[in-house]
Amino acid sequence: MHPALQGLLTIVIGVGACVGYFYFANRLMDWAIFPARDVSAEQSKRRRIVGRIVIGVLIAAIIFEFLSLQVWGRFFLNTEGAEQSVRFTASLMGVIFFPLILLSWIGSFDLFGVSIPVGAILVIVGLIAYLAFIYVAAGWSFYRKGANPAGRNINRANQIRPWIFLFPAIFALGLYLAYPVVETLRLSFLDRDAGNAFVGLDNYKAMIGEQKFREALGNNMLWLIVVPAMSTGFGLLAAQLTDRIAWGNIAKSLIFMPMAISFVGAGVIWKLVYEARPEDVAQIGVINAILVGLGGEVQNWLQVPFWNNFFLMIVLIWIQTGFAMVILSAALRGIPEETVEAAIIDGAGPFQIFFKIKVPQIMPTIVVVWTTITLTVLKVFDIVFTMTNGQWNTQVLANYMYDKLFRAGDWGVGSAAAIIIMLLVTPILVWNVYNARKEMR
Amino acid sequence: MDNIAGSKSGLTWAVHISVALLVALWVFPTLGLFVSSFRTADQISSSGWWASLFPAEINEVYRAADPDTRVADGAMFVVSGNIFGEPGSKEVTVWGTSSREIDAYTAGDTADLGDGETITLQPNGDYEWRGNDDQISGRGQRMFVTAAAPPEFTLENYDTVLFTPGSGGGMAKAFFNTLTVTIPATIIPILIAAFAAYALAWMDFPGRALLIAAVVGLLVVPLQLALIPLLKLHLGIGIGKGYLGVWLAHTGFGLPLAIYLLRNYMVGLPKDIIENARVDGATDFQIFVRIILPLSFPALASFAIFQFLWTWNDLLVALVFLIDATGETTVMTKQIVELLGTRGGNWEILATAAFVSIAVPLAVFFMLQRYLVRGLLAGSVK
Repeated sequence: MHPALQGLLTIVIGVGACVGYFYFANRLMDWAIFPARDVSAEQSKRRRIVGRIVIGVLIAAIIFEFLSLQVWGRFFLNTEGAEQSVRFTASLMGVIFFPLILLSWIGSFDLFGVSIPVGAILVIVGLIAYLAFIYVAAGWSFYRKGANPAGRNINRANQIRPWIFLFPAIFALGLYLAYPVVETLRLSFLDRDAGNAFVGLDNYKAMIGEQKFREALGNNMLWLIVVPAMSTGFGLLAAQLTDRIAWGNIAKSLIFMPMAISFVGAGVIWKLVYEARPEDVAQIGVINAILVGLGGEVQNWLQVPFWNNFFLMIVLIWIQTGFAMVILSAALRGIPEETVEAAIIDGAGPFQIFFKIKVPQIMPTIVVVWTTITLTVLKVFDIVFTMTNGQWNTQVLANYMYDKLFRAGDWGVGSAAAIIIMLLVTPILVWNVYNARKEMR
Repeated sequence: MDNIAGSKSGLTWAVHISVALLVALWVFPTLGLFVSSFRTADQISSSGWWASLFPAEINEVYRAADPDTRVADGAMFVVSGNIFGEPGSKEVTVWGTSSREIDAYTAGDTADLGDGETITLQPNGDYEWRGNDDQISGRGQRMFVTAAAPPEFTLENYDTVLFTPGSGGGMAKAFFNTLTVTIPATIIPILIAAFAAYALAWMDFPGRALLIAAVVGLLVVPLQLALIPLLKLHLGIGIGKGYLGVWLAHTGFGLPLAIYLLRNYMVGLPKDIIENARVDGATDFQIFVRIILPLSFPALASFAIFQFLWTWNDLLVALVFLIDATGETTVMTKQIVELLGTRGGNWEILATAAFVSIAVPLAVFFMLQRYLVRGLLAGSVK
């Protein structure tokens, strides 16, 4: 199947399935299970039957899908020769028909020689219990003769509806972000070569003993100090300066522009800037051209140990400054004018106004910008991968991890490196959650 | 506002100049790539890209036309023509007739080659070689010319990179692959997130605050952690490496930001509208589709731009979840990395390929900047 066609099909099916899911789930609830309007006994009986049939079919479909993927999937889908489009359709069906099947794979343990998929069973049991609850509740609510069945039904429906709206999101978040954190942690204690045997902290020990890792950690620390500081500093400067001139908006959008450029593209752009040629031919990299013009010697900037880290950092600073500028500029505009006016009347100079009046007032925003850029720095991969690939002492954690995972095939140490990144992120995570909760109160 | 107290002009100029400097510094690298993509390999390696914006001084050797084309002019013979083929494509400044003295004559001078043999070269390249029967024979007279060439650009690189398979080409294919990855990976998370955001913003249920906190927490989880478990999962359930996997992965990774942005926006919508609709008997589904979605358009647009830029520019997710050994599904970022490895010195190919890949995000950026800024301001926790 042509990929474009496949993409189109997925959009149609994906969007259709999403909309269909939301629409029919709500319809089922409002019409069949908890009718919001008073209906006659005859009608409610009919609707109840419809509701029960639909839920019954759903349960059957889940069981069928589960079984078929367990049986048919394991023997057919993973076959080498299985045709791409068949596999695609089959997996797509799995996805539409209830993505939980994905979970069928999560983990299994051997019980008397039979492999039991724990996650799958948990999910299937949970889901069937959930549907069964609605099923029972449906009958229950119809038979109870209350004073106001419609009102009670609305309340019941409203208790369940949020979960219908949230289900796909919770599922995707759980499977694609929450579960991997746990699984990566587990993998970091295992040794893949030894048949996934538990090796405790051996992976971490091996990693710390490795020179490349210490280099990556050291470089990352350097990145963590330099990039957020420089980006925020330049961003603040740009925000303050552009706010005061007529063509400030044009200037802003030009400084902001690198945000749209991929790290890979930025890598190529800056490689051209740093390009070094032999002494006797024309320099096409602007830095070396200027250097030679001033009578200096050609340098291969990306290969000068230690300092080359800074030349890589410049690329990220170049990208992130626009981001810092946009946010800080909005914060600067939000400063109450009275405070600045009062300072002017008291005889403060422009620098005093900036550093003593404005900066303290936008401090919370500066912190947000700083932490946001810190997160980007921790995940930085593409720039190093594109420009030096960690050679000449420029390794960083994310690239080290990629090397371990996909070049060396060492999942244990790779996962351990990922956990280190996660640990470095954790303080920011806690801080963000703390702030978000404070805001909501 | 700082001018209220009367401090003016001197500082204002300093501000203008420093902003101009800052902008120049920020635009210069990208401009270099852009300009280089229109230059030939020879041009790129013979001078820096900034030189191409001005007339370039080049040294070239030309030969007068074959003496067989001579015409008689009294007792003399004349060979005339234009060294550049057509007059005026470059401008001659100085020239010479021997390699030891390439700047012996200025344009318009007549060189005396001895025994009455002369050659005249005009600034526009017209020459006239004059001499007797013996002199105008053999091979054409050589001219060592220093000329100023006007800036010259070509679209050839784009043709090579996009449509010529094998020689660094194949970007057209990678372009469509990237597009195939991007569009579903943008639309699907928006849809899922919109419903969830509505529930988190306007529905009351136990555990809501906890869920919001969880979303904020997941915002910062580095996707590096997800690589192996999810790759294992995809391989295990038969999706393998391919488009479906990369769509699902992008959906999962994009969701926290989407939910967070949309929820923050939806919470700010006027409560009256929603309550009135409820009183009038609208179901939640109707409220969502008819009222919330249209009103949230700015937030939906800003997330769409984010997700689009992120999926378009992504390398890591594509490397892990999409690109298999056949390389049929390679995306542009990967293609560029490959070119850096195999054709690191061919800047005309690299610059063009890189520019092809950043052209679309740049266009989106400049057209929809308003929404992007709004989204950044709303979601600056990520």
